[in-house]
Amino acid sequence: MPHVHGTEPPLTACHECDLLQTLPVLRARESARCVRCDAVLLRNPTDSLERTSALVAAAAVLFLLANLNPLVGIEMQGMRVEVTLSGAVQALWNDGMQAVAGLVFATVILFPVLELAMLGVLLILVRLHRRARGFGMLFRLVRSLRPWGMVEVLLLGMLVSLVKLAHLASVILGVAFWATAALIVVLAASARTFNPALLWQDVGEVGPA
Amino acid sequence: MRAGVTALSVGLLCCRVCGQLSRQPDGGGHVRCPRCNAPLHARRPASMSTTWALTLAAMLLYLPANLLPIMVTSSFLGSQQDTILSGVVFLWRSGSWPLALVVFFASVMVPLLKILALLHLLLSVQRRSTHRLVQRARLYRLIEFVGRWSMLDIYVIVILVALVRFQGLATVEAGPAALSFAGVVILTMLAALSFDPRLMWDPVSPPPASARENTRD
Ligand SMILES: [Zn+2]
Repeated sequence: MPHVHGTEPPLTACHECDLLQTLPVLRARESARCVRCDAVLLRNPTDSLERTSALVAAAAVLFLLANLNPLVGIEMQGMRVEVTLSGAVQALWNDGMQAVAGLVFATVILFPVLELAMLGVLLILVRLHRRARGFGMLFRLVRSLRPWGMVEVLLLGMLVSLVKLAHLASVILGVAFWATAALIVVLAASARTFNPALLWQDVGEVGPA
Repeated sequence: MRAGVTALSVGLLCCRVCGQLSRQPDGGGHVRCPRCNAPLHARRPASMSTTWALTLAAMLLYLPANLLPIMVTSSFLGSQQDTILSGVVFLWRSGSWPLALVVFFASVMVPLLKILALLHLLLSVQRRSTHRLVQRARLYRLIEFVGRWSMLDIYVIVILVALVRFQGLATVEAGPAALSFAGVVILTMLAALSFDPRLMWDPVSPPPASARENTRD
């Protein structure tokens, strides 16, 4: 029987292949991989809490910019047309494609907003060393929302649509386009600096129930 | 392939959310993680049947998604219906072949390869295959990562519908394939999420007979 709740080295099971193994003590910026299937088990980004908080705050600002300003536009015979993200979703909705419009709204507006907001709350709770009821559930929600936010795919979609229109009109990249591009970089960085192990470190290891 | 001791084979449950190990209770039943309160399962319940159902549904939708028009453009010159493939051909002919390749890859190849990969993972788990496990683990991580990029065409339509509408000369509408296409993307993403990769490794470290009761679909 392996020793479960000793102080060191901590025992874990790989989330992808269930192999029991001990976790090494990581130095800054090191990560531990499963010895059998190579899945990443643990990372140790430097200053995780500070950097992730700063990045989440930056992402919130960029997100506002991306949603309040025109994304892209076209100019044709002196006439200029620009669309915002919510305007585009609305146009699709009015066309009778409510299901697709709803999906787009969810994947590029609703889910990213919820993920950012909940991640912000989690970080604040960790900073205050407070563990409100529902802390675990909040983290589970953040994790399950992550695959469904698709801002980076939207950016590529904008590029493709502009290329399709480029022979008809001159295209304009709006403020929201650049904000979205920056948002993608910031979101990717925050996913790298965020260390979920921080959330549980005050609680420590619990003996097996 | 190294066998090794898995959590399940010694009666431990590992929390998928916080990584905490707990002992499996004797009576079975519902268990929650003592640290983060997430529900604990030795293996994801009904993982195989759910993944099969979602994958088959995605296969069915893949046909209309590719055969029906995804975009209808109408102007005073007449109306034109585009499928995903004809959109790729258009991009290719207009000289932007790098984007044509990106769209072809994201919209046609990724969903197809993802469905084939899911079928491969499902069948090899059912055959209790112990062959090329590390490669399959990599394949599983890959399909989790690339699936989202297939949403590309949906966003292209959203922008085109809005821009062309306000410009007033023509209208662009989403065709019937848009919904089936979005369906394929979502179903394959859900299938990848419901697949429990630990099932692939169980043939090398078989759980004890008593524990196996809890993992069956
Ligand atoms: Zn592993």
